[in-house]
Amino acid sequence: MSRPLPRLEPAGLDGWIVRLFNDIDEANLSWLAALADRCRTAFGDALVDMVPSYTTLLITFDPLLLSPAEARDRLMVLLDDLEPDASGVAGGQVYELPTWYDPSVGPDLKRVAEQTGLTIDEVIAVHSGKSYRVFALGFAPGFAFMGLTDPGLDCPRLDTPRQRVPVGSVAIAARQTAAYPAETPGGWNLLGRTCARLFDRHREDLSLLKVGDEVRFVPVSREEFERQGGDTTPTEDRP
Amino acid sequence: MTASKDREIGIRVLRAGPLALLQDAGRFGVRHLGVTQGGPADLYSWAWANALAGNPWGTASLEITIGGLEMVAERDLEIAIAGAHLGATLDQRPVPLWERMTWKEGQVLRFASPVTGLRAYLSVRGGFAAEPVMGSVACVMREQLGGFDGLGSKLQTGDQLTVHPAGPSNHTGTQQAPSDVRPDFSVEPVLSLLPGAQIAEFSGQSLYDAFNARWQVDERADRMGVRLTGPRLDCRVRSLISEGINLGSVQVPPDGQPIALLNDRQTIGGYPRLGALTPLSASRLAQCKPGQEVRFRATGSGEGLREYRAFRAAIDRMGART
Repeated sequence: MSRPLPRLEPAGLDGWIVRLFNDIDEANLSWLAALADRCRTAFGDALVDMVPSYTTLLITFDPLLLSPAEARDRLMVLLDDLEPDASGVAGGQVYELPTWYDPSVGPDLKRVAEQTGLTIDEVIAVHSGKSYRVFALGFAPGFAFMGLTDPGLDCPRLDTPRQRVPVGSVAIAARQTAAYPAETPGGWNLLGRTCARLFDRHREDLSLLKVGDEVRFVPVSREEFERQGGDTTPTEDRP
Repeated sequence: MTASKDREIGIRVLRAGPLALLQDAGRFGVRHLGVTQGGPADLYSWAWANALAGNPWGTASLEITIGGLEMVAERDLEIAIAGAHLGATLDQRPVPLWERMTWKEGQVLRFASPVTGLRAYLSVRGGFAAEPVMGSVACVMREQLGGFDGLGSKLQTGDQLTVHPAGPSNHTGTQQAPSDVRPDFSVEPVLSLLPGAQIAEFSGQSLYDAFNARWQVDERADRMGVRLTGPRLDCRVRSLISEGINLGSVQVPPDGQPIALLNDRQTIGGYPRLGALTPLSASRLAQCKPGQEVRFRATGSGEGLREYRAFRAAIDRMGART
């Protein structure tokens, strides 16, 4: 892959978006990991937050300590000889999320099958048949945007989002997949439910998944799902 | 009720009203986990309330939206209220805003309804006491994080609010914010916007409209974001690959109606942006009621930075006096 062509884009008085790439690619992750690492060192106490995403890193800093111009200068210096850090990503964990694929907790299985021309069993086989990278965390605490799904599973978001998507719901939208860490509104297509605990305020790391992690959805039976503490309440039955 | 050494019951909530939230400066260092910022929607007034009460930057205060809140002091408290004029009374007598005052045990403090502005900040000398979640007590209802219970709950009728015992007060006479730092929320705000990377993707007419039209604050306005209605803004880019969004970002979804994103915003998003409001303009917008009109002006980071640093310096000076 080619070297990134970094662009610095203003993001308000206390932020810059560092755009490293134009397109989503797994190879972006090692560059973004290296960038975040260097920013930590270069900004030190002035660093407020970093939000890595598919192709970019948003960095925010303390405007009492740095002006936007000073922050830009630091970024340009550290971008100058940036090298990808494979260890920052290879160190990423591998997770298997036990998932019960069933129309009762995956109410869009049937429609996804119709839209993709697959059978329900084929949808499950394709979705669980490969591992995914976590490209970004956002939308809600611990919500991991993962990809890329098989082109054959490419499905648009729902026209009207659901008011309540149950905790653990496993979903797809476009070429992305995710599992809902909390009950929230949501417009993705629901295929099933995982019993993995995705976000826990009492866990030191809070979010089970981190950017760069590798995730595989492992189909389990209803019995196994329940045995591992999964909630089998059907999705459509919820108020 | 039990109260440990470093916290004691200070206030009982007689009537909770629609929305009162505990807010410190916000939750930082966790944005990469998808956890939002939280903190005071009007940082400016929150900071003044704290400084006037003699508290350091970051002390947890109450953000009272709209009003309807009634509380009784369970001990004598030194307080300061800044921000919106919500018709606050102490035992039915109007209370001054933007200055230090004493709230005596047994007196009832009541916030009625907005006269000007939308959110008032009540700081107690010593600060409200709660267990931090991820380093902050900032209350984010959507994420069920922070607040007095740690679970993101707004104030409830019957709540007993814990405060840190304040040391002896060494202030004498009045502690007031100078009149020139008190915003007039009845004036139509002109919000300073730092242009963003997609600004050139908007049509010429849309750019003209963005900075010349009057924008009306929509009913769909909360701590996540404020939707503005007005002329339709057209952007050649309809959506981006999702990326981090900073406080005050003004995004424009395909319907052409901008949304200014505030403290409880989603951490990443994919709509093109006009740019980002300065922190103080985001504070000012948070005081606007639905139906109110605002305008945008493009600004440079130099001016925004001078304004922000002057604000922080004034807060530090007041803090040093209290």
